[in-house]
Amino acid sequence: MKTAVVVFPGSNCDRDLAVALRETTGVAPAMVWHGDTDLPAGLDLIALPGGFSYGDYLRSGAMSARSPVMRAVVAAAERGVAVLGVCNGFQVLTEAGLLPGALMRNAGLDFVCRTVALEVANSQTSFTSRYDAGETIRIPVAHHDGNYFADDATLDRLEGEGRVVFRYGESVNGSARRIAGIVNDQGNVLGLMPHPERVIEDAHGGTDGRRMFDGLVAALG
Amino acid sequence: MTEITPAIVAEHGLTPSEYENVIAGLGRAPNLLELGIFSVMWSEHCSYKSSRMHLAKLPTTAPWVICGPGENAGVIDIGDGDACIFKMESHNHPSFIEPYQGAATGVGGILRDVFTMGARPVANMNALRFGAADAPRMKHLIRGVVAGIGGYGNCVGVPTVGGETSFHPAYNGNILVNAMTVGVAKTDKIFYSAAAGIGNSVVYVGSKTGRDGIHGATMASAEFTEDSEDKRPTVQVGDPFTEKLLIEACLELMASDAIVAIQDMGAAGLTSSSVEMASKGGVGLRLDLDRVPVREERMTPYEMMLSESQERMLMVLKPGREAEAEAIFRKWELDFAVIGEVVAGGNLTLTFNGEVVGDIPLAPLADKAPKYDRPWVPTPAREALTDVPESTDIAADLLKLMGCPDLASRRWIWEQYDHMVGGDTVQRPGGDAAVVRVHGTNKGLAITTDCTPRYCFADPVEGGKQAVAEAYRNLCAVGATPLAITDCMNFGNPQRPEIMGQFVGCIEGMAEACRALDFPVVSGNVSLYNETEGTGILPTPAIGGVGLLSDWSKSATIAFKAEGESIWLIGPARKLGRHLGQSLWLREILGREDGRSPSVDLAAEKAAGEFARSQIAAGVATAVHDVSDGGLLVALSEMALSGNIGFQLDFEADDPRDGATLAAALFGEDQARYVLTTLKGADLRDIAERVGTTAVWLGYTGGDTIYVGDGEGGANEAVIPLADLRAAHEGWLPGLMAR
Repeated sequence: MKTAVVVFPGSNCDRDLAVALRETTGVAPAMVWHGDTDLPAGLDLIALPGGFSYGDYLRSGAMSARSPVMRAVVAAAERGVAVLGVCNGFQVLTEAGLLPGALMRNAGLDFVCRTVALEVANSQTSFTSRYDAGETIRIPVAHHDGNYFADDATLDRLEGEGRVVFRYGESVNGSARRIAGIVNDQGNVLGLMPHPERVIEDAHGGTDGRRMFDGLVAALG
Repeated sequence: MTEITPAIVAEHGLTPSEYENVIAGLGRAPNLLELGIFSVMWSEHCSYKSSRMHLAKLPTTAPWVICGPGENAGVIDIGDGDACIFKMESHNHPSFIEPYQGAATGVGGILRDVFTMGARPVANMNALRFGAADAPRMKHLIRGVVAGIGGYGNCVGVPTVGGETSFHPAYNGNILVNAMTVGVAKTDKIFYSAAAGIGNSVVYVGSKTGRDGIHGATMASAEFTEDSEDKRPTVQVGDPFTEKLLIEACLELMASDAIVAIQDMGAAGLTSSSVEMASKGGVGLRLDLDRVPVREERMTPYEMMLSESQERMLMVLKPGREAEAEAIFRKWELDFAVIGEVVAGGNLTLTFNGEVVGDIPLAPLADKAPKYDRPWVPTPAREALTDVPESTDIAADLLKLMGCPDLASRRWIWEQYDHMVGGDTVQRPGGDAAVVRVHGTNKGLAITTDCTPRYCFADPVEGGKQAVAEAYRNLCAVGATPLAITDCMNFGNPQRPEIMGQFVGCIEGMAEACRALDFPVVSGNVSLYNETEGTGILPTPAIGGVGLLSDWSKSATIAFKAEGESIWLIGPARKLGRHLGQSLWLREILGREDGRSPSVDLAAEKAAGEFARSQIAAGVATAVHDVSDGGLLVALSEMALSGNIGFQLDFEADDPRDGATLAAALFGEDQARYVLTTLKGADLRDIAERVGTTAVWLGYTGGDTIYVGDGEGGANEAVIPLADLRAAHEGWLPGLMAR
């Protein structure tokens, strides 16, 4: 399985994501600079990491979504390449138009970092094949802008099409319908606020996140 | 040209005699730019003029110390070619004026001190002192400081893994914000600040220079008065995004061998960085101020040299390496400018518009720097406590203590900090010390911050000892070998003999403890004039301690692990607590802040600490917690809440109260003590005594309540549901901030 992690100025979970991909796929991912216009050939997965790209200035993810490399990411996504956006990566995906809706300031207004309960709402995606439908898993969040918003018609469509993949099991940030992660209509682009790369080994106090990467390895080879 | 009048000299915080020394050093009267440079370099903040002669009493060496005080941060050897680089620094005055930016730039500044030496920052910590929760502006200050620390640390992607916070009315007019950064480097890739190589380029990188923070160091060297609010423009504004780019760019350049010397621009900005680099290298620098990247038009040399704009560094490069360095900084979208060169002769020469606008011989700037032996008086000894009544209700007292400002859960604070980024935080906030794995290894760095200001106020010597001892204890409690400390000395006005006496006493106690515990000071910072309208803070020598675990997975946590385990008290005497002087029980339950501080027996500390470590390493101890604020019953309750398992504290046989009241036995703050749990059946008594400490069996873990008593019922017995304890403990801070 061939993977890449995109590095934006201000990304800060790029190394953590690279470690998770290396540990689960057996091969270190390519680290791709945001200013590059091309991606390595033959990628199976493109990962957009967490962090504060461009300092969250303007709006979280807004400036990164206009990075040169994002044209290649959008094109790859349209060809069906799997794309994973974690936290700031999710914000970039919504700003780039690869996923609907927006991530607004947390309802409580404060940054929140803690391990939360997540319900796996769809276990049929290539990202979630190692989870059971309806299972509760525990994965940390660490964000200031994780309050998912979309209009009711969009939310209804996401729910109707099974595109809500993860829901918070508790009050975290005020997200509409407790949405923590969604996929695009083809099912190959996942954005989620929680950090699966932070729970991949016993040292992290849990391994529920590792199962996402193990599932991707099984699904994408 | 501006004529230097006595009024201008006074505005720059220089005394008439100090000004005479300026003239003697220069051999002429200074111009305004030169006066400004002397004034910041000779400020208390930069020159340590009141504290230098006393700081020299602290032990600073050990076989594992690579670099002690004097550089940007301290460096210790942690084996396998790895070094740990760390320092703590205060940002008290700016944080009181503008809490968000004050705290944020405090974090930014201490991060730069660490990565300028070649380390990747791996953890941030802090030590915060607030006033009474209901004091004016206090909630605003708490919210702003916490948001500022989080806002900066979260963005740069360095986990904030712990710290300590306490409250006392003595900080109503002068809160303390002490920030600590710990980084990891290779021992053969450590960067220092001494400029060298005549003709080498002096390079400026990072953010542009603006008019912010001019005279910040001078502000930090004076008391607050009613018009301190007017000093808001002197508070700097942080840009953590630029800092993150600066970290990556500097570490990328440091991977090559292009750098001769590097120094961050902290307090007093371009002035202190250039003066320190040149002085340490015994060379001169010529800077062309026309080439300094500026943010605003028509900035004067005076403003450029005194600006404290953030996220800037100064470097000396090897000849011919400018282009590769510039390419790295351009890639990271940062400014890069060659602004001068290293010159022979030992002067700092500044040119602007083709003219020499300042020319200062560096030797007198350093040699003639003021150094004061300020008069001091020892702090009078307190009377021992008398007339302390017995507790009337142990359960009620415990509930009140666990929900009091100094003991209530800090979850509201640390959940606003990203404490996990990096994937190496293996012990999160809420324990005795944070543990951060050294990336890619099995080693763990244990980190703690500690000080008990009320002890220091009552007895500076014992309080200074206790601050060091508690840091030692917290590192031992997670199983780490304590290696070294950084200190942040926060005191009032040193021109008052009683304040200077507090400082001298604390240093004396610290030095004694550091020597006894092989726990040297490798870096630190002094913050004086923490006073408002003549009222000083409690003396607060905050200690940041670092220890090493050879295998992070062998570290202990405070949480009870299973039902039915044995609970042991480790300490110097085969009895429970006795010392209630200056205790939280006395203050919170009886409303009294009196008595003597607990005395610290350093040999007992060492014996108990080594015993706790040995039991952790042997896999015998299943949970460990030191006994500190609030005493034994509070320590046990914290372990119970953390593991969600209750306990029974049984006085039935061989009553270890030894005649003490229940209040003293359960809430006394005697030192050198730990609580350990072991599997049922293990017996620690003989093995503890063989190594010079003692173990007292206390009872068993289990259930969902806390039981204290002798099984007979009646007034000596207390039963407290864990749920009630949790509500009291977790409820206070969120409740305060929601009001």
